[in-house]
Amino acid sequence: MKTIARVTGLSHRYKKSVALDGVDLEIPAGGIVGLIGPDGVGKSSLLSLISGVRKIQHGSVHVLGRDMRRALNRAVVGPRVAYMPQGLGRNLYMTLSVFENVDFFGRLFGHGREQRTWRIRELLKGTGLSSFVDRPAGKLSGGMKQKLGLCCALIHNPDLLILDEPTTGVDPLSRRQFWELIERIRARREDMSIIVATAYMDEAERFDWLVAMDDGKVLATGSPAEVKTGTGTGSLEAAFIALLPPEKRRQHEFLAIPSRSTQTAVAAIEADGLTRRFGDFVAVDHVSFRIERSEIFGFLGSNGCGKTTTMKMLTGLLPRSEGEARLFGQAVDAEDIELRKRVGYMSQAFSLYSELTVRQNLELHARIFQLPKAEVEPRVAEMIARFGLGDVIDELAESLPLGVRQRLSLAVALIHGPEMLILDEPTSGVDPVARDYFWQLLVQLSRDDGVTIFISTHFMNEAERCDRISLMHAGKVLAQGSPGELVRARGAKNLEDAFITYLEEAATDAVAPTELVASRDLRSQTDDPMQRRTRSALFDLRRGWAYARREGLEIARDPIRIAFALLGPIILLIAFGYGITFDLENISYAVLDRDQSSESRHYLENYAGSRYFEQRPPLQSYHDLEARLRAAKLTFAIEIPPGFGKGLKRGRHPEVAIWLDGTVPFRAETARGYILGLHHLYLEERQLHSSLGGAPRHLPVTVETRFRYNQDFKSVYAMVPGTIMMLLVWIPAMMTAAGVVREKEMGSITNFYATPVRGLEFLLGKQLPYVVLALINFISLVLLAVFLFQVPIKGSVVALFVGALLYIVATTGLGLLMSSFMKTQIAAIFGTAIITTVPAVNFSGFFSPVASLTPGAQVFSHIFPSSYFQQISLGTFTKSLGFDALMFNFFMLALLVLVYLALGLTLLKTQER
Amino acid sequence: MKRSLTNIVQLGIKELFSLRYDPVMLFLIVYMFSFSIFEEAENAVTGVVNAAVAIVDEDRSQLSRRIGDALLPPRFQAPEAISVDQVDSSMEAARYAFVIDIPPNFQADLLAGRPTVIQLNVDATAMGMAGTGAGYIQQIIAQEVSAFQKHERETQAINIVIRARFNPNMEAKGFQGVMALTNNVTLMAILLTGAALIREREHGTIEHLLVMPLRPVEIMLAKVWANGLVVILVATLSLYVIVQGALAVPIVGSIALYLLVAVIYLFSVTSLGIYLATLARSMPQFGLLAMIVFVIMLLLSGGHTPLESMPAALQGIMQFVPSTHFVRMAQAILFRDAGVDVIWPDLLATAVIGAAFFVAALLRFRKTVTLTQI
Repeated sequence: MKTIARVTGLSHRYKKSVALDGVDLEIPAGGIVGLIGPDGVGKSSLLSLISGVRKIQHGSVHVLGRDMRRALNRAVVGPRVAYMPQGLGRNLYMTLSVFENVDFFGRLFGHGREQRTWRIRELLKGTGLSSFVDRPAGKLSGGMKQKLGLCCALIHNPDLLILDEPTTGVDPLSRRQFWELIERIRARREDMSIIVATAYMDEAERFDWLVAMDDGKVLATGSPAEVKTGTGTGSLEAAFIALLPPEKRRQHEFLAIPSRSTQTAVAAIEADGLTRRFGDFVAVDHVSFRIERSEIFGFLGSNGCGKTTTMKMLTGLLPRSEGEARLFGQAVDAEDIELRKRVGYMSQAFSLYSELTVRQNLELHARIFQLPKAEVEPRVAEMIARFGLGDVIDELAESLPLGVRQRLSLAVALIHGPEMLILDEPTSGVDPVARDYFWQLLVQLSRDDGVTIFISTHFMNEAERCDRISLMHAGKVLAQGSPGELVRARGAKNLEDAFITYLEEAATDAVAPTELVASRDLRSQTDDPMQRRTRSALFDLRRGWAYARREGLEIARDPIRIAFALLGPIILLIAFGYGITFDLENISYAVLDRDQSSESRHYLENYAGSRYFEQRPPLQSYHDLEARLRAAKLTFAIEIPPGFGKGLKRGRHPEVAIWLDGTVPFRAETARGYILGLHHLYLEERQLHSSLGGAPRHLPVTVETRFRYNQDFKSVYAMVPGTIMMLLVWIPAMMTAAGVVREKEMGSITNFYATPVRGLEFLLGKQLPYVVLALINFISLVLLAVFLFQVPIKGSVVALFVGALLYIVATTGLGLLMSSFMKTQIAAIFGTAIITTVPAVNFSGFFSPVASLTPGAQVFSHIFPSSYFQQISLGTFTKSLGFDALMFNFFMLALLVLVYLALGLTLLKTQER
Repeated sequence: MKRSLTNIVQLGIKELFSLRYDPVMLFLIVYMFSFSIFEEAENAVTGVVNAAVAIVDEDRSQLSRRIGDALLPPRFQAPEAISVDQVDSSMEAARYAFVIDIPPNFQADLLAGRPTVIQLNVDATAMGMAGTGAGYIQQIIAQEVSAFQKHERETQAINIVIRARFNPNMEAKGFQGVMALTNNVTLMAILLTGAALIREREHGTIEHLLVMPLRPVEIMLAKVWANGLVVILVATLSLYVIVQGALAVPIVGSIALYLLVAVIYLFSVTSLGIYLATLARSMPQFGLLAMIVFVIMLLLSGGHTPLESMPAALQGIMQFVPSTHFVRMAQAILFRDAGVDVIWPDLLATAVIGAAFFVAALLRFRKTVTLTQI
């Protein structure tokens, strides 16, 4: 048996939990190998380690005969492997069209235009996506997303295809089509190996070889038949349960559902023509049904078919666009508090307060439902006992295994003893044992307590347990009835087949895929692995451009980001340009003239005539002076003492007192400067005047002050160039950082890990669109400066432009560097803002010259690009400078560009941890 | 009524628990109210501090040296001697904010009674210090010249005494410290409350709350009180430990009144935070939106440059922003010891603006659930 991958002693752990525990595997080549087991047992970790996307911690993985611990081997193996991560369309870009998505992957693998075009055509034709080439991936159904994901994975014709739960949450028809597609691909390329993880046991029956996993360990391997005979069971589901360790198995009992005895005529839920639209999109289209009391009613359908939306309308969370909904005969009203006490709701993904303990979660809900104080504790205790939560009572909800969280979620929904439960996909992701236990609880509730249960699911075997079900697809109900009735009505083998016949009947967009036979064979032309290898040069322009192009398209289609990026700087420059000014005028003052002589009035005229000051009504007393200063009605007060005039005439040097509000130091300092200036001017004039009779006396020394670069001494000439400097670091760095972290958050960063893209190509490709955006910012800011603020560019326009370009490349590079530390977009936005603001505002020469900073602060000036561009911006705008005078700054910016890039490259992770 | 109150209390307590397990937010709170304020205040430079000066001494006399020696720290760095042909290039490179050019034969001309001219070159793009700095240098030159010509000492026909009230040394540290505290109160209140709402939406727990017997107004009030409480507590601590303690800023006014005002202000900004969160569809969008709003509040509320020097229209617009009032009240209370009789119009405005945000957020609250997250 040939091996495609060999795993020895592989262990992997995340912070708290062990994902893989000493796994040894020899995976045979040339067939479909299935990984089976519930969520969270380590299937995804194993697949990502085999694909080289995740970094190996302990043990070894050999793929295609090469050790995946070595980067060099990964570079060789990478182009021969395709990896499709878990989650619907996880490797896709939702705003990009079907064609653009596949095209992006084609470019990543360095395909030329012609090759790409025919290959994409073939693949899309083969998957039945040809008629949707222009539709954004985000608007495809779950099944179509998975087919598109497959196209993207197959574009480079891999030797090993790794699929992580490709059909979870997909409707049964699409699921069937997906496997048919895989079969056809295998028919064309028999030597291709496929490794698939799945939670559907019926799919696993068709695979060539199986690996059953639980708790990070391999339970069994072999063909489906071998696994079944090995355990002496008839089905894989039963075989899997038999393989579980005894203590887990013990919890499992065969689920029997007693028939419903009470047939009441009273409806618990009635929906009539229920419709919900989001814009043009009809999420729920005239859905009607009637659920009786104590009935278990199921909604069966794929992800995104309208199940959740319908449930939300019934709970009043979403307003209806059309139609009627009644609970217990009363119309659903979002404001009706009393009705809510009769309903329990469990939303998708068990939304609990993960940071509260089990007890706190239960108590919080009990209190909000206004259980009498004395009843809270017994009720919480009852729920804990009934749902088997005793062992975890004081643990955080976050740390609970999924199955326990699910039970807690149900307990929370039941705390107030509701007559009806609305459960939205309560069992997704939970292992079969836990799922059966959960259903036992539901059956008890319905049959013993008479609780009506409305449940949605995409599992066929769960739907079979409901009293009645509704088959949903694309917002419509296809059929309704008991599972048995539906199967009989279609003459089908089982519920799944019945559902498929309904789906086929309703199919509008499921264009039958044409045969995958193409004019040119899929495996042809430039696909020699040797040739592919040589292409992994250090920097491939085509791959870099693929990233740049894709990022650009994504930004262009995100109205919020584009608005922020383009309008943000304009709004801020206008606000700052008008708002921040050092030109202090209209400084308010008042006079306490206790002399009232002609001399005092003469002296005071001096102030009244100044354009900087604005006189307020005279002061009456000290008390008045104090009160008005305190209330900030005055910035300063002038007090002339009694006898001022007489004293002046007699040469007694009378004293004028100025009382200044020192709260705002800048204003106080400036006002003081103005006051002293006026005072001395008065004295000089007086001196000249008094000496008119005698010999003319000039002051011996004149200080001739030249305000250079800004003759009018208006702060706008310094503020605007400075603000441009600030905005061009702030917004581009923030946008770039968020742009890379966004890929981490959305999961599409996997494409970087899984394809032969080099770090440099990824970084420069991501950077380019942001550089373009920032250049647009720069041009709009310069236009604003020149035309709105009337700040002309006195120096070299070319120097300013070149400087801005260097600066932008540096600031976006800084953003890229930041993104290697940040994990979430929100952290990237605030972290980058905090880190860039201080050097830009305080250490760049914006508010005070770099020369005046302490040596410690000057270090910041030198390692951030702002101080250099501040020189260029101010120099070219106000100082009439060109390249020569600013050379040092250009050089330093270029140096920083390289330093940031080198650091970014070093810190960029090329594998997941 | 009593029911509502219990709900609000219960939900608020839950809010506090949630915060306890958010290490990033906790770090940000600690950082913003300690290190950030301390750094900003300690490094605050307003006006003429440590200004770089050069002297072109073409006279090389006793007097010209005296002028150079009179330029003293902390306002001025020790002047550097440069030659005439270095003036332009060094000023272009912003090496000096001021260059004093003392002509040849300066002292001799002065003694002979011939009028002479000292040239003072000012880099007028260094707006923070150019104007006042030039004034200081002129005075220093005048003083030195008159001291040199001893008989001229009594030219001052009128003495002027300038006393700065409320901040006698016109120190920037205290002002910056209090303003940094004020700004960080704004930032953290918006961020905590808005992020708390978006997080609940992303985790789907907000739907849970809305199907329970709760009204949106209760959910909102719980967020307002809980997050407001956290901010007021750390702000109080920061005021005592950082501003009064580490920075040793003398506070003359009533801290109790300041905190009372801060409570009303927090109602206003937490409501603004919720309102912004109802506009955003996802956490990153909220981040960008909050960022723009915060920066405008930070720079235009009067904490950085005085409101009265802004254009009238902008001043008018800023009256609708709660931080403008809070900055004014903080200055009045903490530095000028103003009482309620002085600040009540601002207090009223803050409360009214807060109520407006609260109502606006309430009207949008249910809709936010329908907003899809990207």
